[in-house]
Amino acid sequence: MPPPLLGIDGDDQGHVSLMTSASTMESIFPKNAGLTERNYLGLSDSSSVDSSAVSGISDVKRNNLNLKATELRLGLPGSQSPERDPDADLVSAESLDEKPLFPLLPSKDGICSGSQKTFVSGNKRGFSDTICSNANVNNKVSSCAQTTMIKDATSKVVSQDQTHATFGNNNKVNTSNPPAAKAQVVGWPPVRSFRKNILATNAKTNDEVDGKPGLTALFVKVSMDGAPYLRKVDLRSYTTYQQLSSALEKMFSCFTLGQCGSQGSQSLSESKLRDLLHGSEYVLTYEDKDGDWMLVSDVPWDMFIGSCKRLKIMKGSDAIGLAPRAMEKSKNRN
Amino acid sequence: MTQSFPEEVLEHVFSFLTSHTDRNAVSLVSKSWYDTERWCRDHVFIGNCYAVNPRVLTRRFKEVKAVELKGKPHFADFNLVPEGWGGCVDPWIVEMGRVYSGLEEIRLKRMEVTDEGLEMVAKGFGKLKVLVLASCDGFSTDGLAAVAANCRNLRVLDLRECEVEELSCHWLSHFPDSFTLLESLNIACLSSEVSFSALERLVSRSPNLKTLKLNRTVPLEKLSTLLQRAPQLVEFGTGAYSAEGLDAYSSLAEAFSGCKKLKSLSGFWDVIPAYLPAVYSVCSQLTSLNLSYATTQSPDLSKIISHCHNLQRLVVLDYIEDTGLETVATSCKDLKELVVFPSDPYVADANVPLTEQGLVSVSQGCTKLHSVLYFCRQMSNSALVSISKNRPNITCFRLCILEPRSPDYLTLEPLDTGFGSIVENCKQLTRLSMSGLLTDRVFEYIGKHAKKLDMLSIAFAGDTDLGLHYILSGCDSLRKLEIRDCPFGDKALLANASKLETMRSLWMSSCFVSFGACKLLGQKMPRLNVEVIDERENLNSIPENVPVEKVYIYRTVCGQRFDMPDFVRIMGKDKADVYNLS
Repeated sequence: MPPPLLGIDGDDQGHVSLMTSASTMESIFPKNAGLTERNYLGLSDSSSVDSSAVSGISDVKRNNLNLKATELRLGLPGSQSPERDPDADLVSAESLDEKPLFPLLPSKDGICSGSQKTFVSGNKRGFSDTICSNANVNNKVSSCAQTTMIKDATSKVVSQDQTHATFGNNNKVNTSNPPAAKAQVVGWPPVRSFRKNILATNAKTNDEVDGKPGLTALFVKVSMDGAPYLRKVDLRSYTTYQQLSSALEKMFSCFTLGQCGSQGSQSLSESKLRDLLHGSEYVLTYEDKDGDWMLVSDVPWDMFIGSCKRLKIMKGSDAIGLAPRAMEKSKNRN
Repeated sequence: MTQSFPEEVLEHVFSFLTSHTDRNAVSLVSKSWYDTERWCRDHVFIGNCYAVNPRVLTRRFKEVKAVELKGKPHFADFNLVPEGWGGCVDPWIVEMGRVYSGLEEIRLKRMEVTDEGLEMVAKGFGKLKVLVLASCDGFSTDGLAAVAANCRNLRVLDLRECEVEELSCHWLSHFPDSFTLLESLNIACLSSEVSFSALERLVSRSPNLKTLKLNRTVPLEKLSTLLQRAPQLVEFGTGAYSAEGLDAYSSLAEAFSGCKKLKSLSGFWDVIPAYLPAVYSVCSQLTSLNLSYATTQSPDLSKIISHCHNLQRLVVLDYIEDTGLETVATSCKDLKELVVFPSDPYVADANVPLTEQGLVSVSQGCTKLHSVLYFCRQMSNSALVSISKNRPNITCFRLCILEPRSPDYLTLEPLDTGFGSIVENCKQLTRLSMSGLLTDRVFEYIGKHAKKLDMLSIAFAGDTDLGLHYILSGCDSLRKLEIRDCPFGDKALLANASKLETMRSLWMSSCFVSFGACKLLGQKMPRLNVEVIDERENLNSIPENVPVEKVYIYRTVCGQRFDMPDFVRIMGKDKADVYNLS
């Protein structure tokens, strides 16, 4: 039986009682912690509510968390909390302008948001970095519990703007407000993906509105030659090839690192890593609805996600001959 | 020392115990009961594959006929568990193949199954009768072909909501022509075509076929052919329920009317309402109806449901609307289980007239209702109170208000009192999923009243660690707890560490549990695996007070597991911490 932990005691029947005196309880849980009167916004004082369409999720909920009661100093995951050693970060903000792991054609869509990223090290959620700089996250209370929500909420706004920028020519400006599409929180609502995809197909056939952003999640498997397991990505959580590329980069960098580990370098400097990744010349390919493998290239993003069934990161040498077909195929279709 | 009963008598008594909980209980009575029990248990249930390992299984139980294994945590269904996490069944198949040559039934849930694994199953277990794969992935139609070709005694092949890599449509043809034993076939999860001729021939030569669940690609025009070949069907799932024109209607209606034993209907993708009346002749027999892919409007749904007077289980989309649920309340007096899925989960204001009122109506009209899964956009405390008072016999209550942290839409208050009323009035409640705006208070109610609660799911709720503390210290029967995006941190977790050993598992993601706390917990509790699932780079250089992305804590007799990907760490254990199980 392990020694009691923080005053826990269990009797033979396995009933656990908190073996603490009243005073100890008080120190762990200050009286009435978290039971103060709150209005529905979770704020204990009145504050104005931003009535933008997305605010239902983002703005008002941040203050709902009474961190003082827990008396823990918590940093945002991956944020520059004071204790962190900046030198330990492998990738820094300057890397954004570098050539990406998967040499996509230079982004013709012109909405590469790379330059705007304030890259928060340690954060593997690629596209959400874009949001940090754009979002009005001005309160320090913003917690990890909120992160995905806020980032997704504001990413909604950003991606809408980006979509409109891209398809500026055929931008159907809706005078009547379409129902605000929800921000995409991973795994919410708790509905199985096969159920979502099926309903998405129905929705597509029913109304032909261009790019209802953030409609449903679209998970596709991503495999990489030599990697022991697959990953899955939600294509609808990205709006550009750049975002997808950097997200995949982070996801699979561990495998590439593994390959160089045998060279005995324990701490990989930034430049070494970059050299390795670019030297290996991996390319990103996808399987489309017809079962053909194509290079991820410069078909419009929406067309790409409409036809992509899964992704594969191949060595460049294996992908010879795939390049031109994507555009040809789409031309033949049109 | 002699026993009071001869072993044979004891074994005979034990043979009446079918539930594994009872079996586990008797095996704790004494050493001799333990020994007797382990020699005669032939159905083994393992709720968490990492709580034990294959060797522990085969060392304890010697003559196993049926095995049920579960792998990934429940939230894997919603993509919260990264791919590659684990739960691969192959090592189990290898070990069981070595010892259990008489294995007849394999049931897997949320496990990774490979084609090699399926081949081992097919060739290693000649007596296999039942293969159920629920929410599994990692295999392709090649693996299925191996099963079809080699499992001469197969009765049941059930691919329940699996993700199958569909390389070929011909795997069904691998069932030999001499194979006639099939009783149940569920391929509804497959998205590609299967060879219809192979399917038809298989159905034709399977006189015992009771369950047939087709996939979407089987056209409506072919349904009557199949039904005529198998009028003895008890459970039937259609494919896409639409056709050009109405030519196929009369033969379909006639075919359905020939199915005198039909009790369950499902499928109905791409429904054309004009074809729905073809099933009217069997509606009064139905005990289970799944219309959750039927994207048709309320009047059509109501019409068909109004014929189903003996319905016990209804799964439907929110297209049914409040009015449709009123029809359910008046027509389906035997209803026990109601599931309402959202048609358009991502649109904030979808204008679907399904509200809390629908659920209230059903709770009033259906006195046998005990299980609810309900997705909606608004809820009120008064509705929840009504529901709890109407139906104190509810045992499973899962409510998902689509917008996280939605308050009572009438009073704008948290939904604490509503859910509090549920746990207070529904004294037999074993499963609860909550949503909406919830403070620590609701957890106080749950800890106080929900004494039979076995599984609890929480999202975007609570204010402080006190909430988690109420749950862990109050819910005596709790075995599975899953939490996401709640401000619960280290204190409540560490203060209730012993409780965790009485549970199967605890999942916490996007909460405030720190690396340091996970490490401490893992160090202090050798019988718990504290798995941190975190996909950030440089985990080793993240300070200990930073919250982990996800933590999965489960009791185990096996210590470390050795198949972890790089984003999974078991905290607080040395590599040497593997128990010697001799």
